[in-house]
Amino acid sequence: MAMTEALSGGFADAPTDAARAFRALLEAMARPGRLQRLTQATPPAPLSVAAGTALLTLADSTTPLFLAPSHDTPLLRDWIAFHCAAPLCAPEQAVFALGRWEALPLARFALGTPDYPDRSVTVIVELEALEPPNALLSGPGIQTVQAAHLPEIAAFQANHARFPLGFDAYFCAGTRIAALPRATGVEAL
Amino acid sequence: MSEAYTFAYLDDATKRMIRRALLKALAVPGYQVPFASREMPMPYGWGTGGVQVTAACLTPEDTLKVIDQGADDTTNAVSIRRFFERTAGVAVSEHTAEASVIQTRHRIPEKPLSEGQILVYQVPIPEPLRFLEPRESETRKMHALEEYGLMHVKLYEDIARHGAIATSYAYPVRVEGRYVMDPSPIPKFDNPKLSNNPAIQLFGAGREQRIYALPPYTQVVSLDFEDHPFEPTKAEAACDLCGATESYLDEVIVDDAGGRMFCCSDTDFCASRRDAGHIGRLAPEVVA
Repeated sequence: MAMTEALSGGFADAPTDAARAFRALLEAMARPGRLQRLTQATPPAPLSVAAGTALLTLADSTTPLFLAPSHDTPLLRDWIAFHCAAPLCAPEQAVFALGRWEALPLARFALGTPDYPDRSVTVIVELEALEPPNALLSGPGIQTVQAAHLPEIAAFQANHARFPLGFDAYFCAGTRIAALPRATGVEAL
Repeated sequence: MSEAYTFAYLDDATKRMIRRALLKALAVPGYQVPFASREMPMPYGWGTGGVQVTAACLTPEDTLKVIDQGADDTTNAVSIRRFFERTAGVAVSEHTAEASVIQTRHRIPEKPLSEGQILVYQVPIPEPLRFLEPRESETRKMHALEEYGLMHVKLYEDIARHGAIATSYAYPVRVEGRYVMDPSPIPKFDNPKLSNNPAIQLFGAGREQRIYALPPYTQVVSLDFEDHPFEPTKAEAACDLCGATESYLDEVIVDDAGGRMFCCSDTDFCASRRDAGHIGRLAPEVVA
């Protein structure tokens, strides 16, 4: 039973499913705080559909993945090994990190270097919901201001203050996803 | 669509690598993200960077437009458009408003873009400081330290020699007050359209293996001096086909006696104006 569960739930048609999923991920990162839909994969619990789809679209054998304790289950390890082949790693080496907000060790992730700010982690955060809004976002990708739901305010203000270094975040709940890149300014609503 | 190719030509692992670079490029606007550019079935200089970015972004539902210096009907544009018709089976259009993805070589369409559109630039030399400092290790450090004095010296030398900033294309810009960026060799007439644009702007340099991006509504400022402000320039003329005075013009030699005409570089803009009844000095209706 567990074995077949680890083998199913991937993309039905990988090139086109990944293309549609990536467009949503691109729009999300380009327009911080705006909700997008991701429905292409059906991963096992506790992974959400949106987070599972994001992993299948972006992660592979070249991108070390940190699984937070909230998501470090044998079934999820098997599912990720079969569908993305992303090697699991310590937070310091992670290109992607996946888990609930409280379970992510933010201080240990790579934030890029002044020469190569792109060499930083992308965190995929699982939330209960992406509303109600508790923050106002501004910056590139936002015409005036954008309301958004964040798990915390101060951590993202500190992250923005380090620009161009910093991490970039995706927030997932069910089939919904929104992004918060380091370039975005954050204020409590 | 040819069954012999995977959707949009590139294999899935390559697309994932390009897609990760695109997301980091959006997260740090104006910063050049290195990527493992692939050999494409066309020579360097023909838009291999733009083609890889377009291949990574296309979905089956997209409508693609390809322009080369504003024209839909030149060799480069036609061959790239055919390439994606064949390998991705996407719809194509010559109309700016109908396209969801526009790949461009050295122009921004005259018609304002909207949300939901993606503009992909083909970039030959992504590093704005390269002709001032040939060492990559040094230019990387200059970007890290925001050390852009050299670029202002170059613009100042223009003024000292010519009395004005003579740089007319690939005019350097500053993105959100941080990174200095090469907008690709678009005429400086197009620079104001980079800023506060509702569309997503992605830049791909294939030979140089760099990707960079401007999210929508990003502030992009052309470098200048208080006493020599930036001026977008164009030929002082109207289009001889459609009569437009606000569009960027190409100068065309028409005979051996020094005869010349001006026409819109954006062929779709010019054609839709002529369809709407606008007539220029040398329009077929006038000359006949």
